[in-house]
Amino acid sequence: MNFEYSEEQKLLKESIERWAQDNYSFDQRNASMNNDVGYSAEHYATFAELGWLSVPFAEDNGGYGGGVIDLAAIMEEFGRALVVEPVFANMVMFGGLLEQSNHAQLKAELIPQVIDGSLMGGAALYEAQARFDLSNIATTAKADGEHYAITGTKSVVLNGASAQKLIVLARTSGEQRDEAGLSLFLIDADAAGVSINRYPLMDGQQVADVSFDNASGVLISELGEAYGLVSRCMDRAQVALCAEAVGIMEVLNRATVEYTKTRKQFGVPISTFQALQHRMVDMFMSFEQAKSMLVGTLCELSDPETSAHDAQKMLAALRTLIAKTGKHIGDEAIQLHGGMGMTEEMSVGHYVRRLMMINLMFGDQGFYQKRFNQLAYQN
Amino acid sequence: MDNRFSSADLEFQQEVRAFFASEFTDEIKELIATSEETKAPAVKWQKILHKKGWVAPDWPEKFGGTGWSPVQKYIFESERCLAGAPDVVPFGLRMVGPVIFTFGNDEQQQRFLPRILESEDWWCQGYSEPGAGSDLAALQTKAVRDGDDYIVNGAKIWTTYAQHADWIFCLVRTGNFEKRQQGISFLLIDMNSDGIQVNPIHTIDNHHSLNEVVFENVRVPVENLIGVENQGWTYAKALLAHERTSIAGVADSKRWLMDIKEIAKQQSNADGTLFDDPLIQQRFSDIEIELMALEFMELRVLAKLSSGETPGPESSLLKIKGTEIQQALQELRMQVIGAYSGSLRIDQFNNDLQQQGSYARKEYMYGRAATIYGGSNEVQRNVIAKAVLGL
Ligand SMILES: Cc1cc2nc3c(=O)[nH]c(=O)nc-3n(C[C@H](O)[C@H](O)[C@H](O)COP(=O)(O)OP(=O)(O)OC[C@H]3O[C@@H](n4cnc5c(N)ncnc54)[C@H](O)[C@@H]3O)c2cc1C
Repeated sequence: MNFEYSEEQKLLKESIERWAQDNYSFDQRNASMNNDVGYSAEHYATFAELGWLSVPFAEDNGGYGGGVIDLAAIMEEFGRALVVEPVFANMVMFGGLLEQSNHAQLKAELIPQVIDGSLMGGAALYEAQARFDLSNIATTAKADGEHYAITGTKSVVLNGASAQKLIVLARTSGEQRDEAGLSLFLIDADAAGVSINRYPLMDGQQVADVSFDNASGVLISELGEAYGLVSRCMDRAQVALCAEAVGIMEVLNRATVEYTKTRKQFGVPISTFQALQHRMVDMFMSFEQAKSMLVGTLCELSDPETSAHDAQKMLAALRTLIAKTGKHIGDEAIQLHGGMGMTEEMSVGHYVRRLMMINLMFGDQGFYQKRFNQLAYQN
Repeated sequence: MDNRFSSADLEFQQEVRAFFASEFTDEIKELIATSEETKAPAVKWQKILHKKGWVAPDWPEKFGGTGWSPVQKYIFESERCLAGAPDVVPFGLRMVGPVIFTFGNDEQQQRFLPRILESEDWWCQGYSEPGAGSDLAALQTKAVRDGDDYIVNGAKIWTTYAQHADWIFCLVRTGNFEKRQQGISFLLIDMNSDGIQVNPIHTIDNHHSLNEVVFENVRVPVENLIGVENQGWTYAKALLAHERTSIAGVADSKRWLMDIKEIAKQQSNADGTLFDDPLIQQRFSDIEIELMALEFMELRVLAKLSSGETPGPESSLLKIKGTEIQQALQELRMQVIGAYSGSLRIDQFNNDLQQQGSYARKEYMYGRAATIYGGSNEVQRNVIAKAVLGL
């Protein structure tokens, strides 16, 4: 039994931490965010050079061959630094789907470009009417010679503003809520029939709603059998987001403790008030719960003896708890900063908004708790 | 990173499971569940554990303990709760025992330890006083040296099971120093001594466990002093660490959760069983998910202990979360049972549900104490604020 990151994983984390210390102050980070595309292309290239973007990819595909724990290790660190560069969107989502694809030629061509940072992609999966349900897909794909013609609209496509290529989940058969009959397609973002309606999210990332009107796409999954493939990719994505959230929570707690030690009212640092001390202890406990659940889930997921059912149950529990503790820590961090917590000038609000965004991605607390109830209590 | 037991640990788990299957018999289960009395069933079960050599997992082998690793202790606890077996009464085995084998002299060790292991002596803990609760160092009970004796005067309060006890271990004031923690001594007192009076305190769980113990010119031989005079506070603090490592009560809470689910499955509801009700499921998962996190938290602490680190303020964290979850489960148990959980009957139940309800009520009411004793949850928060957050 051992719940620490390995030496190698620690080195990986430290390399990100050191880079962030030297190059990613809060002001530098905001400068990145305020770029037209919402991040710094230069930084992104550096991430590639330092090898971080290769972590989750298999060695056969030119990657580092990292497992879910390696992925969590780097995401926790990206969370701490509040990195706005689209590592999650491009490496975990777009790259993750590519890696699950059965299109050997495209994989061989494109994964190396994700790893070297030269290709920006987005995963166009969810639709507005579907909330967080990945089987509720109205977008259709019709065979058209060698290719497919895709028609429909996808919402909140991460990296949608910068993506050169999109992976689209579309229906090739079945009813709108069927898990069967879904397929994945690769579409050039500048292809005819693709319109991209970009906008920023509260955490600074630039996303898009994307409409397809008979846009031409290449099939990159087994026909009608993409649901399982997407779910596998989403499992990793959930872990990556939760690890990022844990990193964020740690920073919020530290920042809050530091702030209360320096802020004086009534002639003393506000950290001397027991009412606030106990609230900070509760924040610390929420963090320890979240971290413990993350670590526990990582162990379960990387144990080959864990059943698929149990893995899903753990993931649902993890996301529920991260949402709950994240909300608690985020709210308290702002409250204990007083008026300063409300300002753009302090990093606190930026961390909180990213944390909130994470808890809106692919499902909220209610969604995952209900899922947990289904997996744990209905047999 | 991995959370798997070694193959030796898995074998150990099988051994423990087999032990409970054969020794925690229906007969003893029934005795514990239905006996109005606390002491006799507990002694009977502890003697069975002792025969196997497993009554004191926390003691060193040399004094009759098991020499188990932290992981083995964790496995034992889990199996005990899965079997539904009760924990040992802590005052002798978990509290004064460790003080005696750590700070007592040879004579005291030979005199007291075997009788604790055999459950021959029943101990109680005399720390708290009317004026010294969370602020324990304010204690006033005095011991004054007179020849080969101390003469003890004062009163202890909240003394659990003093009415059954043969011995009480006390913190008493033997000196007055500027620092109040100095001048406190650790004294073992025979409950049959002249001048001791035990007055019952009636509590909201309608069960008699608490007492006031009054000392009036009680003579205690100096040989009953542990360690050095005026150094008792140090020994008591060391004991607290023992008390807190298992305080999360994860294994017990998991067992309770299982039991409450079973009860909910027995209750019918408009469309199925109560357990099918989405609101009830929500209450279950609110608690179960936190309990999963707590278990990993405990395992993380355990893994640190196994690699030789000493337990730090993590124990405060485990205590707070563990007791909050226990109380949430007690509430859920009452909620699931419904009106019968108001029942005050303690025997001759009209049906199973009434028996379960009466038990639920008692657990709930007594359970309020878990956040008060063993260092209240507020005091634990003070500890974390200082030791972890540096406030
Ligand atoms: C069921 C039960 C069994 C017990 N068994 C024993 C036993 O066998 N032997 C024994 O010696 N004692 C025993 N105790 C006593 C127990 O240790 C004390 O109750 C405990 O130390 C709290 O002291 P108190 O009751 O005087 O509460 P107080 O100290 O008066 O506390 C009252 C409230 O004030 C809060 N408070 C106190 N100080 C602070 C602070 N600095 N900051 C913030 N909040 C604070 C507390 O958290 C609590 O909520 C038992 C108690 C109970 C309830």
